[in-house]
Amino acid sequence: MAVKTVKPYRFAPRDTVDKFPAPILYIGWEDHMMFVSPICLPVPPDTPFQALMDKILPDAYGMHPDFAKIDWSKVQWFKSGKPFVPEPAKTLRENGLGHKDVIRFRTPGLEGIGGAYF
Amino acid sequence: MSNVFIALQDTDEARPIIEAILADNPQSQLTHSPAMVKIDVPNRLVIRRERIEEITGLPFDLQRIHVNLISLSGHIEEDDDQFVLSWKR
Amino acid sequence: MDTRVEKKKLSLRERYHLMTRGLGWEPTYQPTEKVFPFTAYEGIKIHDWDKWEDPFRLTMDAYWKYQGEKEKKLYAVIDAFAQNNGFLSLTDARYLNAIKIFIQGVTPLEYYAHRGFAFAGRHFRGEGLRVACQMQSLDELRHTQTELHSISVYNKFFNGFHNPLHWFDRVWYLSVPKSFFEDANSSGPFEFLTAISFSFEYVLTNLLFVPFMSGAAYNGDLSTVTFGFSAQSDESRHMTLGIECIKFMLEQDPDNVPIVQRWIDKWFWRGYRVLTLVGMMMDYMLPKRVMSWREAWEIYGEQNGGALFQDLGRYGIREPAGFRDACDGKDHISHQAWLTFYTYDPVAAFHTWVPSDAELDWLSAKYPESFDRYYRPRLLYLREQQAAGTPVANKNLPLLCNVCQIPMFFTEPGDPRRICYRESVYEGERYHFCSDHCKSIFDHEPEKYVQSWLPVHQIYQGNCFKPGTDPTAPGFDPIKAVLDYYEINNGRDNLWYDNSEDRRNFEAWTAEARGN
Repeated sequence: MAVKTVKPYRFAPRDTVDKFPAPILYIGWEDHMMFVSPICLPVPPDTPFQALMDKILPDAYGMHPDFAKIDWSKVQWFKSGKPFVPEPAKTLRENGLGHKDVIRFRTPGLEGIGGAYF
Repeated sequence: MSNVFIALQDTDEARPIIEAILADNPQSQLTHSPAMVKIDVPNRLVIRRERIEEITGLPFDLQRIHVNLISLSGHIEEDDDQFVLSWKR
Repeated sequence: MDTRVEKKKLSLRERYHLMTRGLGWEPTYQPTEKVFPFTAYEGIKIHDWDKWEDPFRLTMDAYWKYQGEKEKKLYAVIDAFAQNNGFLSLTDARYLNAIKIFIQGVTPLEYYAHRGFAFAGRHFRGEGLRVACQMQSLDELRHTQTELHSISVYNKFFNGFHNPLHWFDRVWYLSVPKSFFEDANSSGPFEFLTAISFSFEYVLTNLLFVPFMSGAAYNGDLSTVTFGFSAQSDESRHMTLGIECIKFMLEQDPDNVPIVQRWIDKWFWRGYRVLTLVGMMMDYMLPKRVMSWREAWEIYGEQNGGALFQDLGRYGIREPAGFRDACDGKDHISHQAWLTFYTYDPVAAFHTWVPSDAELDWLSAKYPESFDRYYRPRLLYLREQQAAGTPVANKNLPLLCNVCQIPMFFTEPGDPRRICYRESVYEGERYHFCSDHCKSIFDHEPEKYVQSWLPVHQIYQGNCFKPGTDPTAPGFDPIKAVLDYYEINNGRDNLWYDNSEDRRNFEAWTAEARGN
């Protein structure tokens, strides 16, 4: 125990998966800071990864003029900052994505409004 | 060498204190902002009770600077006669 | 002939000694460690409490006298301001949104400080230090009260002032100051003093108070100016307590140095992160601006802080670990924060807006390295969308840093194109941070931060609805339900300034005051 205390100091973590309706996934769109930070969504683990591209990301990011221009075949994915190649037909769980994982996607050539990474 | 500073409210009451600081600290730099006067001095700033009393003609309890003080920087030494801010103890 | 005997007046030092040191004794009825159970566990070694140098030697009688004078002056001004509808002299009602942030995010911290110093005032062994902490506890309660009084006049006329204490415990952006101070209040007495007296009230205080109070002076807010300067003189006593405590710990035992350094690193960074709100306020929320955040940082952070840490070098203390990154952030954090609050204004209890062209030009001039390249195009886009009736609003909840609890909008030091992502895994759970320094704070004491009450997660856990709310009911709107739980008046406290009741009212009343 790193924290100094006068008696045992142990508390259950506040954000374990059992407390949420579904595991939490954080998603960030690189170079598009109109979405000021990565977003936080509960997504059932059996959701196919393809559903991200079909529904979840369009709902979250579709308002941005760059979104319609995305070439999904060129998108680079990252998990915890490391390159990640998802299998779209498989579920999030099967793709190794668990509670409070963070993924990012970069859309090469699209640098936001006015090229200002927005 | 780094500056110490004192910042005081810009009031009638504080005026003799400000004048005393300028008189006793020749390297003072005074900055005026709305409602506030800031005085920077390299390394050491002294406020002397006797100087304030000379200016006002009245006895002055040095702890009264609390009423108009806003902020300061540096190590403090205080006694009944002077209040010093400095970077060396 | 009688010889005249001069009655010798006690010196300041002697008076103070008599009225403080005389109040302490070694208990015989219980072991000392039982009477003072918190003095050793942090690992700080104190060998000789007599070496404690009282920073300001205010005895209780002097305290009452001068505080009483300050109070009378202050309340006279508050009354005059209220009686004369002083708010009509504000430059612009946009300004009041800065004061909403103050009453929501700063005033509750005064109350927390009152509680924290009451604890410290009980648990230190040295009487001089106990007296100083007790006085500070009274000061902080005074600040809570005077702030609530000074700002209450605005509550009669404007939105966003009516529920600060309720909001502080619930609303997403207010968990930033709340978690900061709860971290301090749940620390031991020595860490508490390092955190609050030293890091917050000595190193960083000028970056909180001077901007708000100068901002008030520049924008016609006499009430807040007067409170601010009245409080700030208390702060001078508080500041000196902080520097004195640091020196005392460092001089008592070399083993204290690494412990104190670690605390300085942690609390400099935590305080700096809380000040993001102040940077945003200075650059965006004052119709008549005082100076930029960048300028304030250079004066009070770099120059003043630099001088201080150079001085402390003789004890083996170096500048805080996050100092360079804080300096790097000076060109960015205010803009990044404003863009965040703009796009989340539907769920905030104050208004935001897009700056005017003149204000954009001021920002360009103050931020030659960053503004035109990154932030002006973004603000112009927001303006365009607002004019089209489709204001840009972030519809999804953000990832919050587990330590500072701010949405992760901060960028990599040295690269403002990339959001900064850091993470740790602890006992099988993953945690996310905005920076190396928040991560380092977590890694050192994970048992504390696994308990972070993160508003976004709490919303998803269903803990931010009023009792009896049914999320499965048809037409359920989670945002409306959360605003209801927050007791934010939807359509009045939140959303953008241009269409606000505050704006309509202010314009109508000032026209009325100037016409017949």
